[in-house]
Amino acid sequence: MATYLEFIQQNEERDGVRFSWNVWPSSRLEATRMVVPLACLLTPLKERLDLPPVQYEPVLCSRPTCKAVLSPLCQVDYRAKLWACNFCFQRNQFPPAYAGISEVNQPAELMPQFSTIEYIVQRGPQTPLIFLYVVDTCLEEEDLQALKESLQMSLSLLPADALVGLITFGRMVQVHELSCEGISKSYVFRGTKDLTAKQIQDMLGLSRPAVPIQQGRPLQTPEQPVISSRFLQPVHKIDMNLTDLLGELQRDPWPVTQGKRPLRSTGVALSIAVGLLEGTFPNTGARIMLFTGGPPTQGPGMVVGDELKTPIRSWHDIEKDNARFMKKATKHYETLANRTAANGHCIDIYACALDQTGLLEMKCCANLTGGHMVMGDSFNTSLFKQTFQRVFNKGFNGEFRMAFGASLDVKTSRELKIAGAIGPCISLNAKGPCVSENELGIGGTSQWKICSLDPSTTLAIYFEVVNQHNAPIPQGGRGAVQFVTQYQHSSTQKRIRVTTIARNWADAQSQLQHIEAAFDQEAAAVLMARLGVYRAESEEGPDVLRWLDRQLIRLGRTLRNESSYYRHHFARQDLTQSLIMIQPILYAYSFHGPPEPVLLDSSSILPDRILLMDTFFQIVIYLGETIAQWQKAGYQDMPEYENFKHLLQAPLDDAQEILQTRFPMPRYIHTEHGGSQARFLLSKVNPSQTHNNLYAWGQESGAPILTDDVSLQVFMDHLKKLAVSSAS
Amino acid sequence: PLTSPLKLHYPHPQNSNHKLLSTIQVIEDDRSNRGSEPFVTGVRGQVPPLVTTNFLVKDQGNASPRYIRCTSYNIPCTSDMAKQSQVPLAAVIKPLATLPPEETLPYLVDHGESGPVRCNRCKAYMCPFMQFIEGGRRFQCCFCSCVTEVPPHYFQHLDHTGKRVDFYDRPELSLGSYEFLATVDYCKNNKFPSPPAFIFMIDVSYNAVKSGLVRLICEELKSLLDYLPREGNMEESAIRVGFVTYNKVLHFYNVKSSLAQPQMMVVSDVADMFVPLLDGFLVNVNESRTVIASLLDQIPEMFADTRETETVFAPVIQAGLEALKAAECSGKLFIFHTSLPIAEAPGKLKNRDDKKLINTDKEKTLFQPQTSFYNNLAKDCVAQGCCVDLFLFPNQYLDVATLGVVTYQTGGSIYKYAYFQVRTDQDRFLNDLRRDVQKEVGFDAVMRVRTSTGIRATDFFGAFYMSNTTDVEMAGLDCDKTITVEFKHDDKLSEDSGALLQCALLYTSCAGQRRLRIHNLSLNCCTQLADLYRNCETDTLINYLAKYAYRGVLNSPVKTVRDALINQCAQILACYRKNCASPSSAGQLILPECMKLLPVYLNCVLKSDVLQPGPEVTTDDRAYIRQLVTSMDVAETNVFFYPRLLPLVTDVDSDSLPAAIRNSEERLSKGDIYLLENGLNIFVWVGVNVQQGLIQNLFGVSSFSQISSDLSTLPVLENPFSKKVRSIVDMLQVQRSRYMKLIIVKQEDKLEMLFKHFLVEDKSLSGGASYVDFLCHMHKEIRQLLS
Repeated sequence: MATYLEFIQQNEERDGVRFSWNVWPSSRLEATRMVVPLACLLTPLKERLDLPPVQYEPVLCSRPTCKAVLSPLCQVDYRAKLWACNFCFQRNQFPPAYAGISEVNQPAELMPQFSTIEYIVQRGPQTPLIFLYVVDTCLEEEDLQALKESLQMSLSLLPADALVGLITFGRMVQVHELSCEGISKSYVFRGTKDLTAKQIQDMLGLSRPAVPIQQGRPLQTPEQPVISSRFLQPVHKIDMNLTDLLGELQRDPWPVTQGKRPLRSTGVALSIAVGLLEGTFPNTGARIMLFTGGPPTQGPGMVVGDELKTPIRSWHDIEKDNARFMKKATKHYETLANRTAANGHCIDIYACALDQTGLLEMKCCANLTGGHMVMGDSFNTSLFKQTFQRVFNKGFNGEFRMAFGASLDVKTSRELKIAGAIGPCISLNAKGPCVSENELGIGGTSQWKICSLDPSTTLAIYFEVVNQHNAPIPQGGRGAVQFVTQYQHSSTQKRIRVTTIARNWADAQSQLQHIEAAFDQEAAAVLMARLGVYRAESEEGPDVLRWLDRQLIRLGRTLRNESSYYRHHFARQDLTQSLIMIQPILYAYSFHGPPEPVLLDSSSILPDRILLMDTFFQIVIYLGETIAQWQKAGYQDMPEYENFKHLLQAPLDDAQEILQTRFPMPRYIHTEHGGSQARFLLSKVNPSQTHNNLYAWGQESGAPILTDDVSLQVFMDHLKKLAVSSAS
Repeated sequence: PLTSPLKLHYPHPQNSNHKLLSTIQVIEDDRSNRGSEPFVTGVRGQVPPLVTTNFLVKDQGNASPRYIRCTSYNIPCTSDMAKQSQVPLAAVIKPLATLPPEETLPYLVDHGESGPVRCNRCKAYMCPFMQFIEGGRRFQCCFCSCVTEVPPHYFQHLDHTGKRVDFYDRPELSLGSYEFLATVDYCKNNKFPSPPAFIFMIDVSYNAVKSGLVRLICEELKSLLDYLPREGNMEESAIRVGFVTYNKVLHFYNVKSSLAQPQMMVVSDVADMFVPLLDGFLVNVNESRTVIASLLDQIPEMFADTRETETVFAPVIQAGLEALKAAECSGKLFIFHTSLPIAEAPGKLKNRDDKKLINTDKEKTLFQPQTSFYNNLAKDCVAQGCCVDLFLFPNQYLDVATLGVVTYQTGGSIYKYAYFQVRTDQDRFLNDLRRDVQKEVGFDAVMRVRTSTGIRATDFFGAFYMSNTTDVEMAGLDCDKTITVEFKHDDKLSEDSGALLQCALLYTSCAGQRRLRIHNLSLNCCTQLADLYRNCETDTLINYLAKYAYRGVLNSPVKTVRDALINQCAQILACYRKNCASPSSAGQLILPECMKLLPVYLNCVLKSDVLQPGPEVTTDDRAYIRQLVTSMDVAETNVFFYPRLLPLVTDVDSDSLPAAIRNSEERLSKGDIYLLENGLNIFVWVGVNVQQGLIQNLFGVSSFSQISSDLSTLPVLENPFSKKVRSIVDMLQVQRSRYMKLIIVKQEDKLEMLFKHFLVEDKSLSGGASYVDFLCHMHKEIRQLLS
């Protein structure tokens, strides 16, 4: 029999699911004693090259409250052409199309290897994907130029039939009409006035079928559905126009006097973008892509005033409840995010500025809608340019790595209930018998909406074992969970992916070793961390943080902006990436042997090593003191020291490999001992040597870190204590 | 000739009224008596020739009558006398009046950084009546008698008569009218103004597009923009231009010279108007020529298929105002508008037209704006120097009384073309537009009238805004706008020193120069009523009375206004009869020589459309005429109330106009063609028995029945009669500030009703009295007052 490690790996590869426990404690009491809840990480659209979708509708359980999908776990009576639902035990007739099935002629969904299966279904008209660019023009000339070029370039990456729109903003907000020849037209809105969706649609002339201003309008043939508005046009039709329009974009012309910030109407711009899509294309895949170079400074959603002398809110202000605009702004963006999510659209935020841009207030826009959040110093950096390009990356099968408007429906065996989910989703408020009253994450529902997702989007789903201690499950009993994800594929097809898994129940008292052996500590770490971050987000209390990995606390220590950013990504990346975020990876390159992973500890920083650290957001290459000196002396250029040249090159190559696949593109830092950028490394390593204990450890090995954070050692001790106390 | 009072045994009404006092006679007499000599303004209290007389003016210390005319040039010394006579003391002032080429424009005086020399106390400007004393070191103010030090740089010695030696070198010492260059102290926010801007705002709703109006305007603007007003010798106009189109939303255009194509920016948030662009909205015509041309080519195309019928109005003005604010300049909005603004927006209006209100106490509401919104907007416009000219093209009621509020209070003009059709109305509209764009105009103007101690300006009539009791504020003031000012005694005047008026107008020229235009006028004062009556001017009196009455209808029932008017004139004439005329029988109507036309003209005012509307007159017409008359000068009111009727006789040799005849049907002969003009319309009346040859020559058709009544111009035919008539029409058009609408009226045709309305000596269909009847009525009133 395969080891649990192999089992876990196989399951992950096949189903995109990793459970914290792979043998489940069979009663509520036992389960609660396990500290780590029964939960799983689900990657609904995990890329499966070996999984050709089937071109028919799934067969559903006929019980209206169940509607589970026929799966390999179902009992089938081939003679009677009946099947029993494994969740509600309803006996169902097969549909007529299944008349020919038999033990040897099974449809795919009954075969055990198709525990995950994808259906292509015909539902309603297919609408093209929509990309609405919302562009800040209060940028430095160089930044704007770079952004314009990136946007122009992106037009060639979009699917040809995709609809594209452009909104620009500064002091005012302009919605550009893309369908016109000659005079270029735009609708202009004040940046200070919050408008309702209805007002926006009226003002854009979207609320009437007859459009007042349009030149040489050909008569619409009735059979051709109106699938575009003046503001959203097929990219193949207007890419020349739009390229010119982008090229002619100027910086916001309104003068900014000294001591002032430019007036940036991000709040109204987003509101108009949301309203525009809401009015024209509800419930179809659409990305609002916000590119901003600074904080919103006026109107609804403003984060800071335009006076430079009043700085943007700091951690301190927020703690003291001194952040004047924060609550109102957050509320504004939350309302927008919820509307966007309700429409099935998503909002990406690309924020590039040296200063803060108000991501804290805006984070929900991306978080609730499954949009991307990308932060950088400038649009004129490869970090932004490549990350942005990567949004339009295609998978192995040549399809965009993006999907829209997904709904995830989770069904469980009776012994289980659903406590909640954490990820880029909102609740669909589907109450049902399998919904637990105890919420973990976004709970109270068995269905969630994920407006935008890609093959790596991963949700954490938490369960509660509800089986009572006095009603033991018979030996060999299995619990099952079914995940049904309906979504709009990037090819605009409607698809349904169904994953049905089962795990053994075990009695924790008699079979604890089985349960322990089937514990997936990586999954557990990520699941717990997500829970911690979720609580930190929603409760903001230091109490919650205290029991968490200190590394995560660091997430909160940085600027507010950044912490929102980190949390955003943490809540959606798959397990491996999440682990990197929790515990950065450190590789050492030296003449002493092949590259090897080393402890993320200050003792690993040695003069004759090159270190490569991957923190997910940053890739740091650090040359030890001696190596740096050698490099300065130019040994790498001497033919007799070619091996040194190779040593220098090795981490660069490895870094490049990471850079090429990671989204968002990490910050790439190349530094050396004593370099100012070395702080990126020093701030991450475990402070086994600090200025507090420096003399106790001796001086030749490792580098001391100036910090008051406790060392991992101390933390581990604490964790052990905790584990012992819970096990007893 | 002005001295002998006139005794009149007017005949029984049924008798012929040939012997009635003829306006034509009075006009002709004045023309022949006073038209040959120039009018020299050196002498105090001179009565100028009538406005109907052609004469030249020589400024020798008093303002030309082209700038100021008074109801009387000899005014009572005391308030008691003034009250007794009931003769209103008023001056009709046209500060930027156009002068004939033979006369010199006011000189521009530059006193450098210290600015104009003024009286310390009353702040009157240096003028020919200031008295230099103490060897020229001080001067005594002719208005308030305060003594002021002469600034050192302005000092000059006096000659033996007490005159300054440099008297003739200085316009402000020797002329009645002149200009000062203003210093920065006279500018808003202590900053010299930027050149003004013109913003063209075109209604592109369905009606405007369909009638061809939008295309017409755009075509015309292409060439017209080269004729923006320029200052004297400047090579190009300093005025910048901007363009807006609108229906229920507004479209701004970026026409920056660097653009390959204009850009349109739509603002649909009309509830909260703003200007969506900073740069590229107001541009220099030459720099942005190609972009503007491209825009004007594209506008008619862009809206060719529009189905939008609703319009907004107040947001359009707000947009223009905001644009001028953003550009920190004054300027003028040219708004071309077609319909009642019923789209949801500030200043939205209802159709509240109700002819049933006529002759009720509520009739006044028809003249009042239906919302105070526009009054507040007007105030903001005046503060910015934003003048609004309104071109209206209604097919139905659009509430001129409300739409015109901003125009009226900012010193703008309204032009109205009901049932506009390109074919028949384009000449008139384009001529009006051209003139309106090209005419001399000042911006951000403030006018103050100072007077000698004893009288003061108490009331003002015209298109302006007043935030206090003395300063007349006008966002714009053009060469046709006239302000009538009434004076009242607050003390005694003396016969020796007479009474002085000084009208000072501070304004920004079309090149952005801040200037002061000063007009001075000295009047005599009298202790004898006879002197007053001998020096009155009836045309000016009528101008005042009409404006007074037309304002009255805003607050009182029309009947009350009419009665008051009759009563006042009866009192004037009764006072004369009682105090000045030699005793005679009560059956005799005795009129002062220079007021002998007062009854006939007064009758015309009483039966005008505002005070006694005929059934065909719309509410909008009345509101329009009411506003129009309020800015008219004396010549305009004269011809408006008593139209000029010219027989088109066949002696084609003469260069001059034919002699006018009296406005009565019995003067018309069936065999002749006549021409009637009143400043707004020209009627060509054709008798049924006119010779075919004449008809052929004038209309190019062979018979009376073939003459088309919907001609808007006379056909161009190569024969002396046609040429002559067309040249007469052209001559008349040139004299008027608006292009008159030409209407062909065939005798006994349905249009003749309209024409007869202008035969003001006859009894009118709406109940207006004939000349004779009215004279009888007046006589009765006077007799009642005397008994």
